[in-house]
Amino acid sequence: MNAVTGTRPAPTPTSAPATVAGPVSQVRVVRAEWTKLRALRSTWWCALTAVVLIIGVGALVAGSGTAYHVSAANTAAAGISTALLGVLFAQLVLGVVGVLAFSGEYGTGMIRATLAVVPARLPVLWAKLIVLAGLVLPVTLLCAVIDFFAATAIESSRGGSAISLTDPGVLRTVAGSSLYLTVVVIIGLALGALLRKTAAGLSVFAAVFFVIPVVVSTLPHNITGFAPYLPSNAGGALWGLSATSAHALSPWTGFAVLCGYAVVLIGLAAWRLRRRDA
Amino acid sequence: MIEIDGLTKRYGDKTAVDRLSFVVEPGVVTGFLGPNGAGKSTTMRMIAGLDRPTSGTVRVNGKHYPGAAAPMSELGILLDARSVHPGLSARNNLLALARTAGIGRRRVDEVIELAGLAEVAGTRAGGFSLGMGQRLGVAAALLGQPQTVVLDEPVNGLDPDGVRWIRLLLKSLAAEGRTVFVSSHLMSEMAQTATQLVVLGRGQLISQGSVEDFVGHATTAGVLVRTPETVRLGQLLAAPGITVINDGTDLLRVTGTTAEQIGAAAWRAHLPVYELTPTHASLEEAFMQVTQDSIEYHAGATR
Repeated sequence: MNAVTGTRPAPTPTSAPATVAGPVSQVRVVRAEWTKLRALRSTWWCALTAVVLIIGVGALVAGSGTAYHVSAANTAAAGISTALLGVLFAQLVLGVVGVLAFSGEYGTGMIRATLAVVPARLPVLWAKLIVLAGLVLPVTLLCAVIDFFAATAIESSRGGSAISLTDPGVLRTVAGSSLYLTVVVIIGLALGALLRKTAAGLSVFAAVFFVIPVVVSTLPHNITGFAPYLPSNAGGALWGLSATSAHALSPWTGFAVLCGYAVVLIGLAAWRLRRRDA
Repeated sequence: MIEIDGLTKRYGDKTAVDRLSFVVEPGVVTGFLGPNGAGKSTTMRMIAGLDRPTSGTVRVNGKHYPGAAAPMSELGILLDARSVHPGLSARNNLLALARTAGIGRRRVDEVIELAGLAEVAGTRAGGFSLGMGQRLGVAAALLGQPQTVVLDEPVNGLDPDGVRWIRLLLKSLAAEGRTVFVSSHLMSEMAQTATQLVVLGRGQLISQGSVEDFVGHATTAGVLVRTPETVRLGQLLAAPGITVINDGTDLLRVTGTTAEQIGAAAWRAHLPVYELTPTHASLEEAFMQVTQDSIEYHAGATR
């Protein structure tokens, strides 16, 4: 069968058809991603769970055991760090939000609709990063501050030392826990974009932030020199989680290492998003 | 307008689309036909820039689509009914897409109304039937009032009312001067909607042209003969280039000759003929005829 070409009538429209669509801009894609994130129930369930975990676990820790007394060995910052123990649990919940931001779209097929209207693709990644960080940073910062005041109030009512935000390292610990969680969400986002499957993304996330650090901590010290460079330990240095460990990185070096992981993973995610078929 | 030139897509050593070249003009509805696995959906994904061609080019309205400044004004696409987020309502699914092009809520409500989804607009799309999901997908494709509309199997899962809606919609979009490219496996539907056809088989272009040309070129006109003497008349007509098919009833299906010649031959042999009807191939038959060599997945019984 030979092709019949050039025989069809081609009525030329008198003018270009009307349209309502304007150009794509990064700001518009951010608004689009915020529309999705805000409207998904899972976002708010996870956020609520993270809030309850951070504040609730903090109050529980402050109200149990012996009252905390600041001394040379027990710094004010370390005391606050203990009160922020809930961050360790909240990170899993927030990691889920991060992973789902992409894997949820791949799993449902919505990614095809999303990338068809933003064919340049990368603005979608940046927009998801901006809305997630823009949601998680203020929410967790507020939680950490509330947790700080709740925990210190409970401690002083039980006869412990009064700790102030201006004590050495305290503000860094409080704000650092929030910065840590924000970068953790971004790592989750990158894993979701790279692996595309929710189960795979969550497994890798849980392995990196829960399983591997625990396993490594049980190994002999002479073979675990890399332990401070694990993402959770490096980031933990900023908010005092691993400050008691002899080999811990300094707070901002540790945070820089965590950010380095996030940058590399986001870079890989961007590369894969650009290159691979959706 | 969609211009496809030398388009090829390989997955490993399997070639899904093979050196495809054709043009879809604005102002008419162009049907995209081919058996399952022919490469229709892959071609449509490459038009939208979702799949990267192994080689060849696709131009939408004269431009490389992924580089378009205002993509939603260029191309609206329905790929399948399940490209929506089940956790978002119909309205939020549309709103999220609309935001990327600065399209307001009023236009979102307009397409919801147009697609007949007003009553379920606030319901999560996860609970939608296939037909409602299809309507939502069509609404999304129309959101930006695009110059070019590409719909993959839009009538899939729609009730007769929905099928009529799609048919009228496609014609009115074409009448507005837009390019309308729509795939379907329902030939009868294409016959009522499309004026141009692109036919695909095993990733290769089989035919492109008007619906009339397609039917005319693809088929040898046949004659339906009803006679009690099927065996004798069949033997009488047998000749090179003439095929006679008898399905066991008193009907003969003859191709390669005319009703006049059959009637004269039967009269000379004194064989009674109760019915002598020249048949015109339907689009369906024409399609089956041109694609039968290229059907990749035959039904098990015919293997």
